[in-house]
Amino acid sequence: EKTKTSFFDQLSKAVVGKSTVDEEVLDDLESVLVHADVGIDTTVKVIDRIEKRVARDKYVGTSELDRILREEIADLLQKNDSGSTAVLERADREDSGGQPFVIMVVGVNGVGKTTTIGKLAHRFHSAGKKVVLGAADTFRAAAVDQLIIWGQRVGVPVISHGMNTDPASVAYDAVKKGVEMQADVVIIDTAGRLHNKVNLMNELSKIKRVMQKVIPDAPHEVLLVLDGSTGQNAFLQAKEFTKATEVSALAITKLDGTAKGGVVIGISDQLNVPVRYIGVGEKMTDLQLFDRRTFVDSLFSKK
Amino acid sequence: MFDNLSTKLDRAFKTLKGQGSITEINVASTVKEIRRALVDADVNYKVAKEVTDKIKDEAMGREVLTAVSPGQLMVKIVYDELTQLMGGEKQDIVIKGEPAVVLLSGLQGSGKTTFAGKLASFIKKQNRTVLLVAADVYRPAAIDQLKVLGEQIGVEVYSEVENKNPVQIAQNAIQFAKQNNKKVVIIDTAGRLAVDEEMMREIEQVKRAINPSETLFVVDSMTGQDAVNTAKSFNERINFDGVVLTKLDGDARGGAALSIRAVVEKPIKFISTGEKMEALDLFYPDRMAQRILGMGDVISLVERA
Ligand SMILES: Nc1nc2c(ncn2[C@@H]2O[C@H](COP(=O)(O)OP(=O)(O)OP(=O)(O)O)[C@@H](O)[C@H]2O)c(=O)[nH]1
Ligand SMILES: Nc1nc2c(ncn2[C@@H]2O[C@H](COP(=O)(O)OP(=O)(O)OP(=O)(O)O)[C@@H](O)[C@H]2O)c(=O)[nH]1
Ligand SMILES: [Mg+2]
Ligand SMILES: [Mg+2]
Repeated sequence: EKTKTSFFDQLSKAVVGKSTVDEEVLDDLESVLVHADVGIDTTVKVIDRIEKRVARDKYVGTSELDRILREEIADLLQKNDSGSTAVLERADREDSGGQPFVIMVVGVNGVGKTTTIGKLAHRFHSAGKKVVLGAADTFRAAAVDQLIIWGQRVGVPVISHGMNTDPASVAYDAVKKGVEMQADVVIIDTAGRLHNKVNLMNELSKIKRVMQKVIPDAPHEVLLVLDGSTGQNAFLQAKEFTKATEVSALAITKLDGTAKGGVVIGISDQLNVPVRYIGVGEKMTDLQLFDRRTFVDSLFSKK
Repeated sequence: MFDNLSTKLDRAFKTLKGQGSITEINVASTVKEIRRALVDADVNYKVAKEVTDKIKDEAMGREVLTAVSPGQLMVKIVYDELTQLMGGEKQDIVIKGEPAVVLLSGLQGSGKTTFAGKLASFIKKQNRTVLLVAADVYRPAAIDQLKVLGEQIGVEVYSEVENKNPVQIAQNAIQFAKQNNKKVVIIDTAGRLAVDEEMMREIEQVKRAINPSETLFVVDSMTGQDAVNTAKSFNERINFDGVVLTKLDGDARGGAALSIRAVVEKPIKFISTGEKMEALDLFYPDRMAQRILGMGDVISLVERA
């Protein structure tokens, strides 16, 4: 097993002072990136960029090479990671025309949607904002109870019609309640669904449309939650959810484990969607703003 | 990527058209192509390397039939290798003891609780009495979730709302099963990360206390490269007997199945294919190989030739 230093040492040895990068080094780089779930296509893209930089700059030094590599990868991630901090401010009645800022949370089964909503609610609530949650997962066993417990933990109201009710009408009511209560943020939980199920994806579009009857430009954010341990399938998830709901931001969960979540690099690059949050545990404080640099560094570290 | 693997392989062979067999020279680039395709299907990078080395040996010197292209022949060789790697034939779950105990484990959100319900329903249909046990004391509404599923399938759920000790709950549940004539006990546990020492110790203790006849590791078929680390760590701690692969109703290739099998050498026993209680199947290695390759038709073409 190669450690972080030995990888860069080796990379440097084979590149420093040369105008091309040799095959063996690229194989090593490929191995590091692929093991982080970056995927072949994006990996090839990174390698191409490095080769071009090396060919152009010639005689790169060790520290420079390290920097170039990190830069090139970070570059593939959506440029505006200031977007992460901005959303806290954006989630404001002022900015959404005197209406609550509506966040709709979507994703496949079990990725951490409900938990992320609990964490987000805590984050907004702690920042002094008035938060309302909508329990629009009326399908999965005890999903409503789960969100209600999160609401109690955080101390924010949860709008629910109980299980097996129409999710769109729950979302409608939650947004309406949000307006009436002059809430700053309304967050809608939705049932997990696999992106290849057409009916379920259509249901999401419907939930979205119904909310617009209350606030025409709602939801202001569609947050797609991706499990950090997911492999290349995350690409398809991002594509299909974007098609159905115009995803505007990503959250990557479970990064407290050994998985690196590298697949988001290619997703963010291709779909032009910023990663906003990362989940690093099951507690309500285990949510962090996404930072490109830290994320890229973690790809090369051994956990 | 795999959808056009055979096209890609054909292209790799094209320059050497007219040759009757696969040789060292023409196999090198195709092996790289295959390796990439496997990685794209989430097969672990190292495992993919080992597999393709084997495939290379296997392919060398094979005569190319006139009916199929060298690319198609290569795909068939890959398919055979994958099928064999995943265990050849299926293996059944072991349900033994008075009562028989089945312990479930896995990462957060992998599908343990849902599978607990499915397995209970599966066993109930064989006319055996089942008890579901809610030993996840952490996740909000975990007990309620299992209770709802139990109600759906008509299986009793054992829980202790005030007790935060999963070891005790599991032991008490077994006593309860003995007193109430339940033949099979299925224990649902909290999701945990392999790096969470405290939680890993907990599942170890649960296992030691109840001595299950079957311990299953439940894993999401969408898992990427990390599947290997996780499976290895869980196996080291609780020496599980088999694997359950979930969410196969999605469109993930499920390369994790191959990686886990190759690394821990434990059979995959069930696949989960939906949220409904009936969505449970046995595992068939050949079907999984086709899925990872994403190309059943090419294989039947070669088989006919
Ligand atoms: N370790 C860890 N676990 C997490 C994280 N986020 C969520 N989880 C756990 O993952 C499991 C699933 O989380 P949920 O929030 O229920 O996921 P969901 O997407 O709402 O699931 P469905 O509604 O069933 O589709 C739970 O056990 C959570 O505690 C995280 O960042 N780290
Ligand atoms: N589509 C599909 N969804 C599944 C399958 N198995 C489980 N799920 C869903 O995946 C999500 C997580 O399932 P759970 O059974 O709660 O997972 P878990 O491992 O018990 O989760 P934790 O207890 O939080 O660790 C739920 O939304 C389930 O309905 C499956 O085979 N297909
Ligand atoms: Mg949920
Ligand atoms: Mg569970």
